[in-house]
Amino acid sequence: MKHLRSIPELGVDGIVRILGLANHMAEVNRRPVPKVPALNGRTIVSLFFEDSTRTRISFETAAKRLSADTMTFSVSTSSVNKGESLKDTIETVSAMGVAAFVVRHKTSGIPWQLSEWTDASIINAGDGWHQHPTQALLDSFTIMSALGRSPSSDCLKGLTIGIVGDIRHSRVARSDIQAFTALGAKVVLVAPRTLLPPEVEGWPVTTSSSLDEVIGEVDVLYMLRMQRERMNEALVPNLGEYSARYGLDERRSKMLSEHALLMHPGPMNRGVEMLIDPASMPNNMITQQVANGVSVRMAVLFDVLGGSETGAGVVS
Amino acid sequence: MTQDSGSHPDTSQTATSNLVQVLGLADVNRAITRIAHEIIERNRGLDGVVIIGLQRGGVWLAERLVSTINHIEGEDKPSIPLGKLDVSLFRDDINLRPVTPVSVTDIPVDLTGSKVLLVDDVLFTGRTVRAALDALNQYGRPSSVQLAVMIDRGHRELPIRPDYVGKNLPTGRDEDVRVSPEGVTLSKKVNG
Repeated sequence: MKHLRSIPELGVDGIVRILGLANHMAEVNRRPVPKVPALNGRTIVSLFFEDSTRTRISFETAAKRLSADTMTFSVSTSSVNKGESLKDTIETVSAMGVAAFVVRHKTSGIPWQLSEWTDASIINAGDGWHQHPTQALLDSFTIMSALGRSPSSDCLKGLTIGIVGDIRHSRVARSDIQAFTALGAKVVLVAPRTLLPPEVEGWPVTTSSSLDEVIGEVDVLYMLRMQRERMNEALVPNLGEYSARYGLDERRSKMLSEHALLMHPGPMNRGVEMLIDPASMPNNMITQQVANGVSVRMAVLFDVLGGSETGAGVVS
Repeated sequence: MTQDSGSHPDTSQTATSNLVQVLGLADVNRAITRIAHEIIERNRGLDGVVIIGLQRGGVWLAERLVSTINHIEGEDKPSIPLGKLDVSLFRDDINLRPVTPVSVTDIPVDLTGSKVLLVDDVLFTGRTVRAALDALNQYGRPSSVQLAVMIDRGHRELPIRPDYVGKNLPTGRDEDVRVSPEGVTLSKKVNG
């Protein structure tokens, strides 16, 4: 695989291949020296035009554990002009001999644009509301591993996954829905109508505007971050009402079935969507998601850079 | 060092392919028993010996060597530590070879000061063993490292030699050697 730009582009075979490699990388991460020389001599540049802590550090940790050299190029959103200046930036950095760019940008589709300007591999770390493929891969890996299942095209079969919150503005939700359903899960979206995108009708999901109605039936409760700036757009009356209807509080946590997993992509808004301490939940996967993120990103980097023309050539 | 198994293996070709049986089940068993005796002889007392099978073909052979040595030495003695090592991410030809994500590394003891015996099914270019020596370093500093293989097929590209060999088998580069507990076969490589 040359690039990782979206879940549909990766396809179900690609998802299963990455999950298998991630299992292997998780084992590397448990070794006394969690570092291997696989990508020795390759340079990976993080190009973050939007703020990020965990994704950027997770990618850098992953690259370093594979012995790649990493460089970070942080740009604040306001100081960047699109078009020509972005092209110049990419061409300049590429000329230094870069094997891959890890890119986050507020504009959807930027990873495809960049791959026309450079021969290096492009890994999408979030583009606008569009895609966040490594998040979807690490979420799938976390659920699969928590259930003790092995990578396959139906490794999430039989599960109902509830995604709660601002679906409309969430690249995590879009990538997650595609990955979860490709692996056989049923997805139910829980949000007020104003936070569902118009195109939701065409998605392979069901929707509900009541968390109380759905919460008892889910095997995975996936809470999205409620972005405060949405209040200004009058999509939600106020945070208090959003919390009351869609937040995870003490009462709702007792409605969850015993085996249900609790997930969140971070950063978490305590007091908005999360009204309890998730650490008090027996099946809280949030820290595990972060830990798995490193293994999954190692798998992605290795698949993109370590393999032959047709991918890493995995043998199972 | 270069003993044959002493038997007369069936070298007739099958009708459907150019598969040649090089060693049979009994030959493999005899080779394992002989190597086990050689290991005991060379490492008097077996103190500090750790046997490590290379993923994936060396793992079953390492297990068989440990159980054979335990049997010879008497079951009342403590068993030799047994580990497995995956070297796919340490290879120098990482772009040329597929990786096997199901293989795990499991080294149960600190290797510092131990006598490590690496075990693999086939010794060919020596690149797997070179990668294994690198990978071992992450688990301590062994006082020595030895190498046991079922088949040495020649074509070495690095200064590496085995200490224990089941059978020396001259091969062409275009031939494929398959080793299993049931026997060893040689065939022409299928293209693609």
